[in-house]
Amino acid sequence: MGKPTGFKEYQREVPKKDPIAERLRTFKEFEHPFKEETAKVQAARCMDCGIPFCHGETGCPVENFIPEWNDLVYKGHWKEALENLHSTNNFPEFTSRLCPAPCETACTLGINEPAVSIKHIERTIIDRGFKEGWIKPQRPKELSGKNIAVVGSGPTGLAAAQQLARAGHSVTVFEKNDRIGGLLRYGIPDFKLEKWIIDRRLDQMMAEGVIFKTKVNVGVDVSAKQLVEKFDAVILAGGSEKPRDINIPGRELKGIYFAMEFLPLQNKVDAGDEIKNQIVATDKNVVIIGGGDTGSDCVGTSNRQGAKSVTQLEVLPMPPIERAESTPWPYWPLMLRTSSSHEEGADRKFSINTKNFIGNENGEVKALLCNEVRFENGKLNDVPGTEFEIAADLVLIAAGFVHPVHDGMINELKESGLELDTRGNVKAVFGNDENAHSTSLGKVFTCGDMRRGQSLIVWAISEGRKCAAAVHKNLTEVLSEEAIA
Amino acid sequence: MEENNFINEQINLSANISTPLKQGMYEPRYEHDACGMGFVADIRGKKSRQIIEKGIEVLNNLEHRGAVGADPFTGDGAGILIQMPDEFMRRVASENNITLPKEGRYGVGVMFLPQNPILRKSVENIVEKIVIDEDQQFLGWRDVPVDPSVPGEGARSTQPFIRHCFIGADKRIKTQNEFERKLYLIRRIIDHRIRTEIKCDRSKYYVPSFSSKVLIYKGMLLAPQMKSFYKDLLSEDMKSAMAMIHMRFSTNTFPTWDLAHPFRMIAHNGEINTLQGNKNWMKAREAVMDSPYYGRDLKRMLPIIMDGQSDSATFDTVLELLVMSGRSLPHAMMMMIPEAWSKNDLMDPDRKAFYEFHATMMEPWDGPAAVVFTDGTVIGATLDRNGLRPARYTITKDNLVILTSEAGTLEIDPENVLSKGKLQPGRMFLLDLNQGKILDDEEVKSEIVKRKPYRQWITENMLKMNHLPTPNQISNANPETLISRQKIFGYTKEDLSIVIPPMASNGEEAIGSMGTDAALAVLSDRPQVLFRYFKQMFAQVTNPPIDSIREELVMELTTYIGPEQNLLDETPKHAHRLELEHPLLSNSQLEKIRHITRGHYKAITISLLFDPDIRHDMRERLDKICNEAVEAVKSGVSLIILSDKGIDERHAAIPSLLAVSGVHQFLIRAGLRTKTGLIIESGEPREVSHFALLCGYGANAINPYLAYETLSDLCKNGFIPVDYKTAKKNFVKAVSKGLFKIFSKMGISTLQSYCGAQIFEAIGLDTEIVNNYFTGTATRIEGLSLEMLEEETTLRHKNAFNPLSDSNTLESGGLYQYRREGEHHLWNPLTISKLQLGTRNSDYKTFKEYTELINNQNKKRVTLRSLFEFDTSGEQIPLNEVEPAAEIVKRFSTGAMSFGSISWEAHTSLAIGMNRIGGKSNTGEGGEAEERYISLPNGDSMRSAIKQIASGRFGVTAHYLVNADDIQIKMAQGAKPGEGGQLPGFKVDKIIAKIRHSMPGVTLISPPPHHDIYSIEDLKQLIFDLKNINPKARISVKLVSEVGVGTIAAGVAKAHADHILISGHDGGTGASPITSIQYAGTPWELGLSETHQTLVLNGLRDRVYLATDGQLKTGKDVVVAALLGAEEFGFSTAPLVTQGCIMMRKCHLNTCPVGVATQDPELRQKFTGKPEYVINFMFYIAEEVRELMSQLGFRNFNELIGQTEKIIPKRLNNHWKARGVDMSKPLFKPTPLYNTDFYRTRAQDHKIEEQIDHEIIKQAQPALDNAIPVKIEMPVRNINRTVGTLLSGEIAKRYGAQGLPDATIKIFMTGTAGQSFGTFLAQGIELHLTGESNDYTGKGLSGGRLIVKTHPNATFDPGENIIIGNTCLYGATSGEVFINGVAGERFAVRNSGANAVIEGVGDHGCEYMTGGRVIILGRTGRNFAAGMSGGIAYIWNQKHDFDKYLNHSLVELEYLVNEDDIDEVFNLVRRHFEYTGSKRAEFIIDNWDIEVENFWKVIPEEYKKALARIKEEEKKLSLNPHELKEVVNG
Repeated sequence: MGKPTGFKEYQREVPKKDPIAERLRTFKEFEHPFKEETAKVQAARCMDCGIPFCHGETGCPVENFIPEWNDLVYKGHWKEALENLHSTNNFPEFTSRLCPAPCETACTLGINEPAVSIKHIERTIIDRGFKEGWIKPQRPKELSGKNIAVVGSGPTGLAAAQQLARAGHSVTVFEKNDRIGGLLRYGIPDFKLEKWIIDRRLDQMMAEGVIFKTKVNVGVDVSAKQLVEKFDAVILAGGSEKPRDINIPGRELKGIYFAMEFLPLQNKVDAGDEIKNQIVATDKNVVIIGGGDTGSDCVGTSNRQGAKSVTQLEVLPMPPIERAESTPWPYWPLMLRTSSSHEEGADRKFSINTKNFIGNENGEVKALLCNEVRFENGKLNDVPGTEFEIAADLVLIAAGFVHPVHDGMINELKESGLELDTRGNVKAVFGNDENAHSTSLGKVFTCGDMRRGQSLIVWAISEGRKCAAAVHKNLTEVLSEEAIA
Repeated sequence: MEENNFINEQINLSANISTPLKQGMYEPRYEHDACGMGFVADIRGKKSRQIIEKGIEVLNNLEHRGAVGADPFTGDGAGILIQMPDEFMRRVASENNITLPKEGRYGVGVMFLPQNPILRKSVENIVEKIVIDEDQQFLGWRDVPVDPSVPGEGARSTQPFIRHCFIGADKRIKTQNEFERKLYLIRRIIDHRIRTEIKCDRSKYYVPSFSSKVLIYKGMLLAPQMKSFYKDLLSEDMKSAMAMIHMRFSTNTFPTWDLAHPFRMIAHNGEINTLQGNKNWMKAREAVMDSPYYGRDLKRMLPIIMDGQSDSATFDTVLELLVMSGRSLPHAMMMMIPEAWSKNDLMDPDRKAFYEFHATMMEPWDGPAAVVFTDGTVIGATLDRNGLRPARYTITKDNLVILTSEAGTLEIDPENVLSKGKLQPGRMFLLDLNQGKILDDEEVKSEIVKRKPYRQWITENMLKMNHLPTPNQISNANPETLISRQKIFGYTKEDLSIVIPPMASNGEEAIGSMGTDAALAVLSDRPQVLFRYFKQMFAQVTNPPIDSIREELVMELTTYIGPEQNLLDETPKHAHRLELEHPLLSNSQLEKIRHITRGHYKAITISLLFDPDIRHDMRERLDKICNEAVEAVKSGVSLIILSDKGIDERHAAIPSLLAVSGVHQFLIRAGLRTKTGLIIESGEPREVSHFALLCGYGANAINPYLAYETLSDLCKNGFIPVDYKTAKKNFVKAVSKGLFKIFSKMGISTLQSYCGAQIFEAIGLDTEIVNNYFTGTATRIEGLSLEMLEEETTLRHKNAFNPLSDSNTLESGGLYQYRREGEHHLWNPLTISKLQLGTRNSDYKTFKEYTELINNQNKKRVTLRSLFEFDTSGEQIPLNEVEPAAEIVKRFSTGAMSFGSISWEAHTSLAIGMNRIGGKSNTGEGGEAEERYISLPNGDSMRSAIKQIASGRFGVTAHYLVNADDIQIKMAQGAKPGEGGQLPGFKVDKIIAKIRHSMPGVTLISPPPHHDIYSIEDLKQLIFDLKNINPKARISVKLVSEVGVGTIAAGVAKAHADHILISGHDGGTGASPITSIQYAGTPWELGLSETHQTLVLNGLRDRVYLATDGQLKTGKDVVVAALLGAEEFGFSTAPLVTQGCIMMRKCHLNTCPVGVATQDPELRQKFTGKPEYVINFMFYIAEEVRELMSQLGFRNFNELIGQTEKIIPKRLNNHWKARGVDMSKPLFKPTPLYNTDFYRTRAQDHKIEEQIDHEIIKQAQPALDNAIPVKIEMPVRNINRTVGTLLSGEIAKRYGAQGLPDATIKIFMTGTAGQSFGTFLAQGIELHLTGESNDYTGKGLSGGRLIVKTHPNATFDPGENIIIGNTCLYGATSGEVFINGVAGERFAVRNSGANAVIEGVGDHGCEYMTGGRVIILGRTGRNFAAGMSGGIAYIWNQKHDFDKYLNHSLVELEYLVNEDDIDEVFNLVRRHFEYTGSKRAEFIIDNWDIEVENFWKVIPEEYKKALARIKEEEKKLSLNPHELKEVVNG
């Protein structure tokens, strides 16, 4: 159980990063992983709680057995730590880089001390695992003869595919883009996740028998119905890609893009692709609308491209620096989050509403007309007399995603009876119920953002795994019924 | 089985008030009794009237040891056994026109017959016929004249028609013994005939005695009623040389006439804990019994043990069998109650061999026992190996012997006393009336043990493991399949990380803290191992648990395996059994046994595997296995190995416990069990409880091969810091110690007695499984069927091969620590956070979200109450008309959490909160700081209204007790019933040490039992003691839920408790072995309902407040508890959570990061709790209660109590296993037999007003008012109990802990004082007694001085005579004691500050002592200084053999050389002489220079270090005296 008094003896540490000037020169990752000794000491701070809030409903969505691997790390059982970590999480190398770590905000130590550096311990475990060559394909003992299609190759699709392949099913993953990985590949900048990390994992999955088909847009390139007919089960894991737009005057001006029109291009360039007419921030005044993680990625990318200025607008007021009283421990805290991209420089403005875009004679955006807002009676109201302009050559809208893209696959399946929920996500039961993840269409399951709306990568993996379990149960129960018949 | 027959018997009862049938939660079979007993005899064997008179006088003087129920004139039972009074008999026979043959040639049957004349006639016909059939003369009947108006109403309604029948011996009968055997045979045959032919149960037909030698008068009477009821007893011509008497205290109010003692050969004070096992084994032995005396007639006497007998009656029956088939009475007693022999190096080898030889034949009948026994010629007494019941004797110069439960029951002129003594553990006292001679233990036994060459028989025949050839091949482990096999057997990561490593690394069971809040096995969604459906039973009140560590010398794991021989014979072949040191077999040992070829040994292995893919295969396979076993034994197999080796994906294993118990029961039924050993080779067992269950259900030995493989794997991978060999050794050690702990929890000492004793209750198994495979086990809510169990087993099996789960890791388990995939817990991140937010932010809405999460367990059920819904169909009441919350919260208390287990901050915050709302907080067992008795400037009070008194008696002083509203006697704790505790020295800081009256750094051990409560009448005495010290306080008794707790509670109510608390098994703890947290006790829903129902049936419910606690969390919980019968409610964990507790479960590590359960100053700073949060919690709970009351239609809370019809039990029809659960029994609403309300409306009659202390207080008024010295003189008798305590309470109330100046009140008493003389004696009192006193003298001494000296006219040597009883000075905190004589067992147990000089002590002297000085000018018994962690003892020992009697584990033995020590000893001895005039003290002082060298010094190592530390500090700081005192006191 870690060291019983470790939390009294050691201070929290987090990894060091490259100096800002240096890291802005490249799109490479810049965090210095923990030394193993550091990870051990940090793991010793874990109190091995009777109720590990980090692991519970208040913490890790993928239900990592955090205290268990903390203990294993503390005692130097790295391989067992890796096995333990992998037993709940297919892709710790992604989560340990990308997860906002709700485990740490729920960490019991966080009641009155800085939390355990869980995320970085996780990273140390998985790094060590790859370094040692412990991560090998886990081929199934026997094949079930069942074919499963997974539509979408983001983290949820990958998790589902890997689980099912290991259970002996033949899994085919369909991806509309040219590379596998979904948002991991094209949404997350390389400086947060270098893409060889995905490839490394894909190699393992291919060796485990997963078949990947890229550039197949189900519902467009192939018929979704056919897929349902042809496969024993279909998992819809297409994510929540329909961006929230800002419909204000001047929206039609050139130079205004959705974040997801902007970010993938840089990733492709990083991957060595030749991109004509890449949208770049170089020497531009960049304004990013939206204060979330995607906005932050736009900040980092813009700075690396050499933007003249970067401004990030958030309509909500600035959250408190520390945990807000309304979200006490162990809840996910409302508080100001400063990402590494923010450290690299950006003008963050809060309580700002954009009234309209102002264009130049060429129909290009040149500024935004904004004003301050404040919360009154549950509503955001303009503060009179606060109007101002911000110069902008490039505007990136990062205001979140509303629901999955309906054109194509979903609309096609709707005709067959696929139901959506009120928010436009594919409808399926939540929780661990028997029919969790199954949609209104027989044989069709769904998981990840496509069913729950935009969310964290840990949720994606969690859902992928649970969906896989539901599919497996469904198929094997049919199997045994067949066997009885 | 037995139970069912018993029910049938009961159905025939016709009386208005009688023993109720098994109904609801009440089962008659859990009745307990205890009592006062003894005998008076003339050594020369001269028969006289006087002996009978004296016997009856003794009986009258023991009356306080008996009890009455709801009806004050109905006693629990009294009786007298005398020699056949020939003169009297001859006269009364002739009055009935019967001429008796000469003495010894006729027998008299004392017959309890039906009142119904027709039925009676048919019984009599059978009696007459069989006497004649057996060739004896039937001489006639005589009505025994009785006065039916004497017994109370209850007794009268079941009173039998009592007649004597006369039987003359046939000419062919040569000797009286032969005639006795014949009479025995006749009676047994009659018994069976009447039971089977006219179906008379024992309430209508019973034979107290049927003998030519003895005659018994007994009944459901009070002692003074004996003579007026039985007119015979008034007859001047009734004469006997001995009178054996008994006064009974039964837990229930439904005792029947036949259950009164004496039985035909014994009267018993105590309890047989292993009864179920003894009965099973006896039944099994019957098949192989053979007696030359009875030949084929033996079969007509079977079964030996008849259904429905009490433990004492059963014991008597078996003893009678052994004697009637040829063994002498003392010989048979030695067989059934052997002394602790195996670890006693002082014992004669022949005696050891005798015991070992007989151990191969019969397991000990284990339990606290003082037994007096007689066959009419010899009369004697013996104590069990632990000596847990008192027996004092006096021998007079005019040839009288009086042996009774306490001294002073017969007034004897001191000059007439030849000697006085007490029976010692395992020892026997015998009087041979023919020879006119007293035989001591040595004399009796040395003759018996040489009767046969037992030692030679053992040496030549006993088989030991190392006699067997080493096998060639031991099956190898297979690491590749290890994980999948672990998964099949339900191993979890917790097994590998929490359970096994401490066992393997340190030889200790893992320790955990807080209570269990995980789902009951039957409600859990996850497949469970079968073990988890069983809950250990444990001793509370009616018998004491044992300290298996400190009293290791009585504990025994050795067992014998292989066929037993004829019980009624003894031959060398009897010793031909295989001896095992402990029940765990290594792989190679098992192979040795598998291939055994010695003697008549032959082993077979039967596979427990079945096909998981075929439904019902488990049932079929199980049936086959049972049959295979029977066939094998019939064909001569003597060792059966049940094995689940070979499991894999296609082969599942029958749960090992099911297989073992099933085969065991099957073999018993077939009469074959004693012909074979039963060994289980299984991958399943790994926890201590698993092993205990397997043994408890009949396994003789266990090979846990997978546990060994797991150990090996853990060692190999570096998870255990020792090598495999050590790990295995440690593991076995941990299991052995754990088994001891589990046995001792029930007061059982030996594996042999535990084996098959079935000391468990099933929670969630259906009757079919239990009846077939766990016959005789209680299961009260039904549950799993065998089919569901099979489903559960196969489900777990299939999960093991689920391709989606990681093949390299086990499941987490989540039993001990919350895991999302694991067992569901009611305390989880959501409930904890919502409760904290709700109470901290005064936010009822969030609080309701919390209760909703707890109350609504639709998806994942944890508690039995989740199966309850309310019937709200009746009329509702507007919320504003419901009793206000401010009233309801007064019923609430916080649980007993000691300051020490939780921090000062947490403890006082709870107290302040509860005091503000008129609720109660509880001190826990650690005492309370005096400053808390004074209110704070703002009006708040930190005083805990409930003062707990636990076995350690830490800080229990007169001052502490007078500051109580409730005094709670903690009989058991939910998390670890039957266990003691230990606060390690490093946790004892200055302030804790001060409050607990000890020294910093000295370990504080709480013994498992209260050493003044070994039985129900002892509890009655303690309640009386506490009522004396604080007459205004309610005396509460805390019990833990288990089957039978209701019956115990009835006894507790009869012992005059004002308040009874039933704790659930899930209550918290600061530290406890994790298996205790999980495996002992049952949910409060069961215990509470059983208690309420039993109290109602007994007509006792309205005399006591009934409270419950154990994970109460919501208003719904409170309402459920109220409807089941509770009127008060305790909360512990939830209030702690409001104070910041987040269920770290690290209380035992002192690392609580929120400052709640820690003494670490740094961590205590992190405490953020406030009284307001507790107040919010209590009010919110009350508010939820009110909402429910309004829905249920109740205005006042009292109306709610016991209204079970408002609960609708829910059947979970769609749950794969919980659908079997049936909660109707707890919801049964009994109809009272005696009038009673459903809640407390009547006060107990404590009889405090009769105390002689009132007179003392009157005389002491000048001292009490103005501290003017007074001198009081007064006689005293044994019925004057607890003398000086009321007075001490007065002093403590007026003068606090300081009391009065030394010896302000001097009291001089003469005579024999009753129990608890000078208990809690306060500072300022000097209490002199000339004469003697009984048990518990000077208990809890609180500063007073107590002097007991032998009467100056006495001629015996005080240094050789017992003058005070057992357990004297228990828990004394300060004061002085000078005793001019010898004490019984456990002198100065848990003394923490008193100084004492005494001239000899019994066994276990200075046990658990933590402070003070004890000087012993004479002999000590064995096991001196066990668990002694503080204080110093000096022993004057001229023989220099004291070290043999010392338990060396904690103490050092030194010579008396240090000058300060010498001064200290000299001064105390000198004062001893001054106070008592002791000749021995005088001699020592006179020869000091020589005698000083005959002193030993016994000092605990820890204490020595603590003293040195203080000295060092003293030097360093050169403190002023005041500060120095601070250091010394902590």
